[in-house]
Amino acid sequence: MIEVSSLTKKYGNFLAVDDVSFTINRGEVVGFLGPNGAGKSTIMNILTGYLSLTGGKVTVDGYDVLEQPEQAKRRIGYLPEIPPLYTDMTVLEYLYFIYDLKKVKFPKRMHIEEIVNLVKIKEVENRLIKTLSKGYKQRVGIAQALVGNPDVLILDEPTVGLDPKQIIEIRDLIARLGKNHTIILSSHILSEIQAVCERVIIINRGHLVADDTPTELSKNLSKDHSVIVRAVGEKEELTKILSSVKGVQKVLCLGKKEENSLDFVVTPEVDCDIRKEIAARLIERKRPLLVLTSNELTLEQVFMRLTYDADIEEGKK
Amino acid sequence: MVAVFKREFKSYFANPLGFIIIAVFTLFSGMAFGMIFGSGSPAVQGVVNFMATVVIFATPFITMRLISEDRRQKVDQVLLTAPVTVTGIVLGKFLAAMALYCVGLASLVIYPFIVSFYTTIDWLLYLYALIGIIALGAVMISIGMFISSLTESPVVSAAITFAVFLAVMLLGSYAASADSAVLTAVNGAVSFIDRFYSFTSGISDLADLVYMLSVSALFVFLTVRSVERRRWA
Repeated sequence: MIEVSSLTKKYGNFLAVDDVSFTINRGEVVGFLGPNGAGKSTIMNILTGYLSLTGGKVTVDGYDVLEQPEQAKRRIGYLPEIPPLYTDMTVLEYLYFIYDLKKVKFPKRMHIEEIVNLVKIKEVENRLIKTLSKGYKQRVGIAQALVGNPDVLILDEPTVGLDPKQIIEIRDLIARLGKNHTIILSSHILSEIQAVCERVIIINRGHLVADDTPTELSKNLSKDHSVIVRAVGEKEELTKILSSVKGVQKVLCLGKKEENSLDFVVTPEVDCDIRKEIAARLIERKRPLLVLTSNELTLEQVFMRLTYDADIEEGKK
Repeated sequence: MVAVFKREFKSYFANPLGFIIIAVFTLFSGMAFGMIFGSGSPAVQGVVNFMATVVIFATPFITMRLISEDRRQKVDQVLLTAPVTVTGIVLGKFLAAMALYCVGLASLVIYPFIVSFYTTIDWLLYLYALIGIIALGAVMISIGMFISSLTESPVVSAAITFAVFLAVMLLGSYAASADSAVLTAVNGAVSFIDRFYSFTSGISDLADLVYMLSVSALFVFLTVRSVERRRWA
């Protein structure tokens, strides 16, 4: 659906995006992740045709954004970082204007009515946009992107500045939209990406540093497949039980984290899942097992590792 | 283009600006008409002549927000990512400003009819004058719109636009009094205001109209370039 190859963008001498390539397939929900100033918004602005590119090629559904901009833009709904709203219009006036602007062919009233209900702004549809709260403004911004029912939705930090309840509502909305749209969503809130995206593209200093599913990312980066075990019992006894499990290489006690129990990090030999064995053995010995989880990095840790390692390397050079 | 035109035109009336422009234009044209009508002169095109000064002062307010405000509020992102051309957007805005300008001057249509009850008037001359003031509007609005595209601040835009118009006016009066071939030549090249006065004095030819329309087209084109250039920055 979207193909980006060796995309480069310079602002004067500043290289904002450097040789970034990726492909997004129809129906995918992809998260763009990166620290502030990493180039997320720049890439989004280029995909939507707001900014030009210095080098490389971007196509949307086969249409080049530079050569056939109208065809490409018709397929994209865009919510920029700051919702582009005419604050002196009412919500309906604004959406009708967007409808006319995008030259949409669906029956006008019905189409707008549908969108208004979908993003739940019916109760404010006749209010001036400048009188709306930030959450509603954001939703009007999403409504605007939905006008014309484009295949691709590009949402730049859709939940920034919202309260927790609004964040959950917007996230639900995105999840619902993800069923029949291709969505690219940027954020620096990692849990958000984890909650709604099936694929993550991490960008740092204009470079693409990772492109994978959230689970794979954390798995690949936590190199050993160690697990964390919390069980009730004495230190020596538990260490002995755990060490006796087939495939275990190392057992390390982390100490007491919860009343009457001990935590251990158990490292297996290369590439083997020892969780079943551990559970079975502890139960067999009548030692209550409280927690058994793989010691994978959270997306936060992955992110820090990827972006900060790169920064340190850059510093060394 | 139509969508942008409709929105821009309506937005003039979302705040007092549109009403103020119409009120001021009508008030001044009415005053000028009162004076000319009171003196018994059939030269009703004098009203149009007088209005030129008013519109020179008022046009910067019509054009100041055209492009700059969108950019300041980041609404330009929705326009430039919609499947429309930049030329369509710019023309829509230009025509909206022209529409307000023409609505403001609508009262000018009535005056010759009133005078014609009492005396015969030169209808053709009055028609020339009307064409002249509309052409003058097109030139000033295109220049103002171009200046608006260079800044994010409507106030700066209005100030610069006004300074440009004032400079052209002053150059005109200076060239008329000073005996300098160079000044006269420069003034002849840039003064759209002098071109306008040849319409109301009945000495205009097609060249004046072509000149004014070309200047408008040039600045509309420059505005399009200026908006597009920002994408490449």
